[in-house]
Amino acid sequence: MAQGITPEKLISPPSQGTGMYKGDSNFDDRFGAAKSPEEFQELKDPLREIPDDLEVDAQKLFTESKVKDVLHRLDSDLVALENVKERISEIAHLLLIDRLRRSIGLEAEPPTLHMSFTGNPGTGKTTVASKMGQILWKLGYIRKGHVVTASRDDLVGQYVGHTAPKTREVIKRAMGGVLFIDEAYNIYRLDNERDYGQETVEMLLEVMENDRQDLVVVMAGYRDKMDRFFSDVPGISSRIAHHVDFPDYNAEELLDIGRMMLDAQRYRFDADAEKAFKDYINLRLNRPHFANGRSVRNALDRARMRQAIRLFDAAEGGRTLTKKDLVTIQAEDILASRVFDDLHQTSTSDGNSGNGQAKTGAKAKSGSKSKK
Amino acid sequence: MPTGLKITQGTFSYLPDLSEDEIRAQIQYGIDNGWAVAIEYTDDPHPRNSYWDMWGMPMFDLEDAAGGMHEVTRCREAFPNQYIKVSLYNPKLTKQTIALQFIVNRPNHEPGFRLVRQEGADRTIRYTMEPYAASQPHGDRYAD
Repeated sequence: MAQGITPEKLISPPSQGTGMYKGDSNFDDRFGAAKSPEEFQELKDPLREIPDDLEVDAQKLFTESKVKDVLHRLDSDLVALENVKERISEIAHLLLIDRLRRSIGLEAEPPTLHMSFTGNPGTGKTTVASKMGQILWKLGYIRKGHVVTASRDDLVGQYVGHTAPKTREVIKRAMGGVLFIDEAYNIYRLDNERDYGQETVEMLLEVMENDRQDLVVVMAGYRDKMDRFFSDVPGISSRIAHHVDFPDYNAEELLDIGRMMLDAQRYRFDADAEKAFKDYINLRLNRPHFANGRSVRNALDRARMRQAIRLFDAAEGGRTLTKKDLVTIQAEDILASRVFDDLHQTSTSDGNSGNGQAKTGAKAKSGSKSKK
Repeated sequence: MPTGLKITQGTFSYLPDLSEDEIRAQIQYGIDNGWAVAIEYTDDPHPRNSYWDMWGMPMFDLEDAAGGMHEVTRCREAFPNQYIKVSLYNPKLTKQTIALQFIVNRPNHEPGFRLVRQEGADRTIRYTMEPYAASQPHGDRYAD
């Protein structure tokens, strides 16, 4: 079954990586070119041949590479998540040493970097995954820094023969970058044996094993469901080198997150508002459906809306707004939240109902006459 | 080593066959230019046969040549003894045409072409090029 492209060319020869490969296997024979010393070295056992005291320029590589920069950015962009940062720092250093080893001819398989992110809602799994592409690209592990996000809908087909092309399409698109599968446990449904998810899982397994140098797969999901997914599909867990758990944030960290979010949107708390927001977080933490960072973001979005109404009313009342007004979230914007209702209903009965809407209205009225 | 007459079609066809790395580099060049990658195959070597079979859909949204190479490999596995070419299509408005096209796989033995002469009135002669391979039915060509 020989072909136009000879088999020697299909199976990449060891010299291919060093740039010695000429493309035409007859080239050397025809022109009688002598084999280069590098090519000879390739044939020997580098572990034994390279002298033990050969020095490597680690300092130069470290300053040239962007590892420091990447880790620093990660530290400033993400609140808490110490174990996540630690893991990424480990990976970064491994890749760096790997490059150093390669520079003196110690070839090694590139490490497997498939990851699974587990954690409660809003703990930053998706945020970290979307940064992963850039991080791995800067560390020189993947060729392009893009992240392709896929869910069950993008991978699993509707009828026989639909799944494989669909999954392959997504995999091809993600090659050279990161394939991020959110809520990966949705792919596979144990209770329905005719479900096409099985096919997707098999293709993913194959790609994760055979195309490691082309693609990094990151799976994310809630902890319990992911655990069940891994036990239902035994091959997957072992092909994922890094299982990273995202812990819940404490109140202090959530406040930091809130501050960063506001900062990114060019808002800021005044002193009272920050205190109010701290109270808000402490109350919200214990209420049902608390979703960490996502709850903080939603709360801030609502505070911005209330601020908008407050400013609008003030402007209608004839007040001149300044830039300071536009960027400042005040305590009342936060205290109007329903979270405080419960508090007042249960702990106070002193006429001041704590009804946020009324409060906001009252405040706005005090500054204006035209409030209807 | 391939034997017989090596047909030349598309870019690079007068050069030695491209290596894997060279194919990858060409595909990456196309992707970097915003071109779509398509794989086509045929067992009809006639130079005027411009309708090759498509191997899957053209890939418009690749970032990296690995996706294209993946399909080249799969197509070679399916049709190891046929012609396979990579087409890079420029979808830009006012271009919308193949920008670069090259053969990445050819049969082991390419028997070449027979010249057929047709005698017409007044001693006119019409010439026809007929691929030897095409004398076999579709699917049986390039059997070895």
